[in-house]
Amino acid sequence: MSPVIDIRNLSARTAVSPILRDVSLSVNAGEVMALVGESGAGKSTIAKAVLGILPTGIKVTGGNIIFEGTDLLVLSPPKLREMLGVRIALIPQDPLTSLNPARRIGNQLTDGLRLRAGMNRKQAFDKALSLLNDVHIREPERVLERYPHELSGGMRQRVLIAQAFSLNPHVVIADEPTTALDVTVQKQVLRLIRDMQREHKTTLLFVTHDLGVVAQICDRMTVLYGGKVLEQGVTAEILANPQSSYTRALLAASPRYDQPEQSLKPVPETLIAELKREIGA
Amino acid sequence: MPRDLRIWLGGGFILFLILIAIFAPLLAPFDPLEQDLMAATAAPGVEPGHWLGTDSLGRDLLSRLIYGTRIALTVAFVAATLACLLGTTLGLLAGYYRGWVDAGVSRLVDIWMAFPPVLLSILLVAVLGAGLTSVIVAIVVIDWTRFARVVRAETKQQARLEYAEAASALGMGRGAILWREVLPNVLPVVLVLLSLEMGIAVIVEAILSFVGLSVSTDMPTWGGMIAEGRQIIYQAWWVLVFPLGALFLTVLAFNQLGDGLRQWLDPMLKR
Amino acid sequence: MPLSLILSRALSALVTLFGVMVVVFVLVRVVPGDPISMMISPGATDADIAALRAHYGLDLPIWQQFWIWFGQVLHGNLGTSISMKQGVLTIIAQRLPATLELAIFALTMAVIWGGFIALVSTAWRGTWAERVIDNFNGIMLAVPDFIWALTFVLVLGVLVPVLPISGRSDPSIDAGLATQFYILEGLLRGKFAFVWDVLKHMLLPACALAFPLAAVIGRVLKNTMMDVMVQDYITLARIKGLSSIRILLQEALRNAAVPALALTGVQFTFLIGGTVITERIFSYPGIGNLAIDAVINRDLPLIQGLVLTFGIIFIIVNMLVDALTVWLNPRLRHA
Repeated sequence: MSPVIDIRNLSARTAVSPILRDVSLSVNAGEVMALVGESGAGKSTIAKAVLGILPTGIKVTGGNIIFEGTDLLVLSPPKLREMLGVRIALIPQDPLTSLNPARRIGNQLTDGLRLRAGMNRKQAFDKALSLLNDVHIREPERVLERYPHELSGGMRQRVLIAQAFSLNPHVVIADEPTTALDVTVQKQVLRLIRDMQREHKTTLLFVTHDLGVVAQICDRMTVLYGGKVLEQGVTAEILANPQSSYTRALLAASPRYDQPEQSLKPVPETLIAELKREIGA
Repeated sequence: MPRDLRIWLGGGFILFLILIAIFAPLLAPFDPLEQDLMAATAAPGVEPGHWLGTDSLGRDLLSRLIYGTRIALTVAFVAATLACLLGTTLGLLAGYYRGWVDAGVSRLVDIWMAFPPVLLSILLVAVLGAGLTSVIVAIVVIDWTRFARVVRAETKQQARLEYAEAASALGMGRGAILWREVLPNVLPVVLVLLSLEMGIAVIVEAILSFVGLSVSTDMPTWGGMIAEGRQIIYQAWWVLVFPLGALFLTVLAFNQLGDGLRQWLDPMLKR
Repeated sequence: MPLSLILSRALSALVTLFGVMVVVFVLVRVVPGDPISMMISPGATDADIAALRAHYGLDLPIWQQFWIWFGQVLHGNLGTSISMKQGVLTIIAQRLPATLELAIFALTMAVIWGGFIALVSTAWRGTWAERVIDNFNGIMLAVPDFIWALTFVLVLGVLVPVLPISGRSDPSIDAGLATQFYILEGLLRGKFAFVWDVLKHMLLPACALAFPLAAVIGRVLKNTMMDVMVQDYITLARIKGLSSIRILLQEALRNAAVPALALTGVQFTFLIGGTVITERIFSYPGIGNLAIDAVINRDLPLIQGLVLTFGIIFIIVNMLVDALTVWLNPRLRHA
């Protein structure tokens, strides 16, 4: 069975430096794939390239992004726009800035339903209500009438999750969806995303820097450093037996809630230097 | 437009005007006050030597235009600078010392801004009697608020920044902080406003001349020429065109200069 | 919006208005040129002059004159015009509607035109068209209503006469209206030909008033739109697959309008102040034109009444702008 997303030899750069170096990865239907790496590793860039929202400074210099048989990079903007929302959706990183402060939640949530799924206002709002129930928001009728600034961060993220799944997309990209949230809320939101994914059988591309999150919900993982793929495979296998020294260092540096006595070890300088040489930075 | 270009074009034109004003006696082909009723309301180029034509009293338009530069520039530089000094001072005091000084100045600005500016200037000149001084006083009295508002806001922002607090911690007196720390950072905004204000001053003078309330009718002013032109517009429309064009170019020049300065000083403005 | 805030704003406005009254009162009393001397007929005796002066209360000390006038104003009595021999309130009430219709027409045009420039410039950002529009707008910013008015008179009134350049309507048409609100009443009564004629007369002075404000709105709104377009929620809207136009109008404009309004709100009163000279240039029978006459004629009661009128209008406009700012910003609405 061919993968839903097949990224082949993707390279991208700004005017001064390379961002992605020959990245290849593939995601199968119904899978949860993690894109792991520290800040600047290029994981967000890959996500943005798939969605077609690369910032103006970053240009793709080679490779393909094959999504269900079509290369997204050669699609015209109108054709790309047709796919977005319906076949590919995004759960953004910052729930505060990702909702329009001047529009009510209900209107923002029903955009896709009314414009792409052809529902009328009543149908769309009814569906929105059930979506809010799915993401465990209490008193959904009132929330629909509210403005974003009246909701807590956790609630906003749930709305965004509801929005992402509203048109039953084939692929959902989650760009560090719990980073901007309180620790207490992170776990709930994470669980919610996993539940939604399982229920809708969506393919999920999960961008994160947190190995703990990867361990919890991701079937496979891709480790990135400096725009290069260091390691790729089934999560359980990699975490048990990391091939790359960087992955090992990452593991050592991650807080292990099951082994609280173990102290954190930062990634050693020598390793970083070696990595930089390896990727040709 | 690249910032350099606007500064050069605008500043260049102003310089050009200054030269014209200074060397007016050498440049003007005729005496601006000399009437020649035989050659009245002549179209441009019809009467020999009158390149831009003549007005209803046969006076050469080009010469009057050239001499009109003197009034325009005098008003622009003097009135704008004085308005700038008054407004900036009050704005600094209000923004820095706050308290009742701020309340007082703000209230004054509010009251001032409840008047239609043109009406107030006409009223003032009527009160003070026609003449160059009155015009300048009127402009200063009306437009100081423009500077005060902006400088006050800018000062409030600057005074909150760390370097001012650091200076305060070092034991510098408030007056010294205002003068040495805050003022230099407020200057870029003031400079931009000053350039714009000069353009505004020229317009106000023109409006006052138009209404018949500016300097005495000895010296030709662009506004006076425009008023005449409006009167005889159906017979000799060119009498209106030239001073109007001169006015437009002058205001545009000051404006572009101000815009260019704003762009150029932007790194200093946006801290 | 909390009642206490509205009340404190209203109170502040009233204090400002009082200040305006004091300032204008003092200002006109310092006028050289005795208004009485313009009214007397030759052969009047000193006693006659003194009686006339007493009639207008000009023989009392200034502060007393002020309190008398202030009391009269509170009762709705604005005195009698020295030059026009009618009640000041009557005169103003007669001419005010013309200016109001002109100002509202101009304001509407300015907002539409300025908004259009900003939106088009934003839609074409990154292209040469954007730079052309922005530069053109920058030049328009430099031109005051005075120059526009004269240019229109010259080009569209005399050289290529397509529009009337004086008056409010064709004097030969008598529409038989009850009020001075030509457009409002004309529309309500279905006198469309008349309304069209009035609009033609109003178009040039309204454009002269509107263009400077339109240029300001064009620039400020463009800047705020550009700030908004890089926000995360716009990116998300794009990812949701919304069209560019929908993003511009539905998602971005609302957010950009709020700061734009805050920055340009003060200019609305400048537009109204511009009616003074613009009405003069177009011989438009409103209160702006009247004001210039009043000053030239040293008509103290009329000058005071007109300044008071303008002051009240400005204050009302400012309050409306404040209210609009709150209404547009959901965060302030629920504060």
